[in-house]
Amino acid sequence: MERNLMKGNEALAEAAIRAGCKCFFGYPITPQTEVAAYLAKYMPKNDGVFIQAESEIAAINMVLGAASAGVRAMTSSSSPGISLKSEGVSYIAGSDLPCVIINVQRGGPGLGGIQPSQSDYWQATKALGHGDYQLLVYAPCSVQEMVDKVTLAFDMADKFRMPAMILADGLLGQMMEPVTFPERKTEFEPKPWAANGHGNKRKHNIINSLYLVPEELENSIRNRYERYEIIKANHTEAESYLCDDADFVVTAYGASARVAKSAVNRARAMGIKAGLFRPITLWPFPVNEINEACKNAKALLDVEMSMGQMIEDVKLAINCSKPVHFFGRTGGVIPSPDEVLGELKKLSEANK
Amino acid sequence: MSLNLKKYTIITGHYGSGKTNFAANLAVKAAKSGEKVTVVDLDIVNPYFRSADFGKLFEQNGISLAAPIYANTNLDIPALSFNIEEFLSADGKVIIDVGGDDSGASALARYKQFLSAYSDDIEGIYVINMYRYLTGTAEDALEFMREIEAASGMVVSSFVNNSNLGEETTAEVIEKSSAYADEFCSLSGLPLRFTVDTSGKAAVKNRFEAEIYVKKIWEN
Repeated sequence: MERNLMKGNEALAEAAIRAGCKCFFGYPITPQTEVAAYLAKYMPKNDGVFIQAESEIAAINMVLGAASAGVRAMTSSSSPGISLKSEGVSYIAGSDLPCVIINVQRGGPGLGGIQPSQSDYWQATKALGHGDYQLLVYAPCSVQEMVDKVTLAFDMADKFRMPAMILADGLLGQMMEPVTFPERKTEFEPKPWAANGHGNKRKHNIINSLYLVPEELENSIRNRYERYEIIKANHTEAESYLCDDADFVVTAYGASARVAKSAVNRARAMGIKAGLFRPITLWPFPVNEINEACKNAKALLDVEMSMGQMIEDVKLAINCSKPVHFFGRTGGVIPSPDEVLGELKKLSEANK
Repeated sequence: MSLNLKKYTIITGHYGSGKTNFAANLAVKAAKSGEKVTVVDLDIVNPYFRSADFGKLFEQNGISLAAPIYANTNLDIPALSFNIEEFLSADGKVIIDVGGDDSGASALARYKQFLSAYSDDIEGIYVINMYRYLTGTAEDALEFMREIEAASGMVVSSFVNNSNLGEETTAEVIEKSSAYADEFCSLSGLPLRFTVDTSGKAAVKNRFEAEIYVKKIWEN
């Protein structure tokens, strides 16, 4: 198994090439620029297209066009750029098109900052654009997992004809770790719905998100929500670490889960029974998994690089059956393992 | 081991080759051997993980650090805001940590004229890592070096084999890169200056024992 040392952003890009992505449209923004820089260099060498669009809005609409033709397409940006793409993402969802969107999050709101953040959780899981729809949202926590989730995101997007997002952050995008890449994908499921030329041999396909009759629009949404139920029932993913006997379960995703795991290990060394629950799919949220993970816990501690967004899903998932505490840093500040350990010590004292 | 540093050591490489960690180790070793050392962080590419992160380490070892005032802030500007020529004129040894690839090396071209007066007292070190995806063969590593030389207007005079797999680096991982370094040596005609060893026990040529200073927050 060949191991390579990769920067998170380049790993995302190489994984997309290997997943058969043939079209990338983007616009530079720190801290995800290496994704576009890598693809600018290597997409043309892999029979692919790289276009630096004139804006994020143009880029996402180019993705819509490429996806309509049945091509695996991707765009990538960081928080403010994702906001600009939201209209296009809604149109893509409304047109039942697959694509992959990468968000290497930075601090917000507004122009915010360029340091890592997780303050786009709500945007990714609840409201990236208008209308009744969901994105598949994957939250990797290592460079290897970014590779694996890009591969999965393309397959799942195609299978369920919907956009999928990789919700990373600046830390994951910029850091270096060893990875192994999967083999290049060469076989793809047919896309009989694609508008890719009927050659007078079949009825033409129409890609559209406009419905003139409300009932027809309602039906299209209901059909989509039936697919969502299948995904919720079968495609959640999470990691439970030392949760079985844990008095206190830390919930965290992405880079803050790495910090939290370090804190959990330090707490265990001091005799505090801590565990980590890490959602890997943020939508759908791993509801069964979290209930299993915290069944013996006295309390939960949610850790995020935000003011607390995922914590609402944590509380909903466990139906507020246990106290859920929060610790977060935001604006580009990363919580340290010792800060999280401090919170665990407080919990341990309070529950003696 | 004597470092035999010239007045100026200019460190370039493909991004992610480990330039910054090598530069930090070289600076600390030189300072410990009694040299007066100045490190110039010339990286205009990387928003995080850079020489400017080592302020404290350098201070403890009496190393002067010249870094862009915007390094590690939210200002996303590739600006070199300090008076580099003043730092370049410092007494003692000057180690220049250049940004990755040809785009990072272009910042160096700005100082070509100043440095040309010292051409006999400059060592251009190119850092290679076999485990980086795009420099996995000696040919690929050489291609990046040519691009860096073209963009910076500076000539590389030796190379450092810094082949590593991050946290998975073992003596064996480092030893496995010896053939790659030999091949790079014969292709480029450059001498192997050091083989960086963070394992403490690799059997390699010109072994340069190094610490891992570039750490992730959860490793601290």
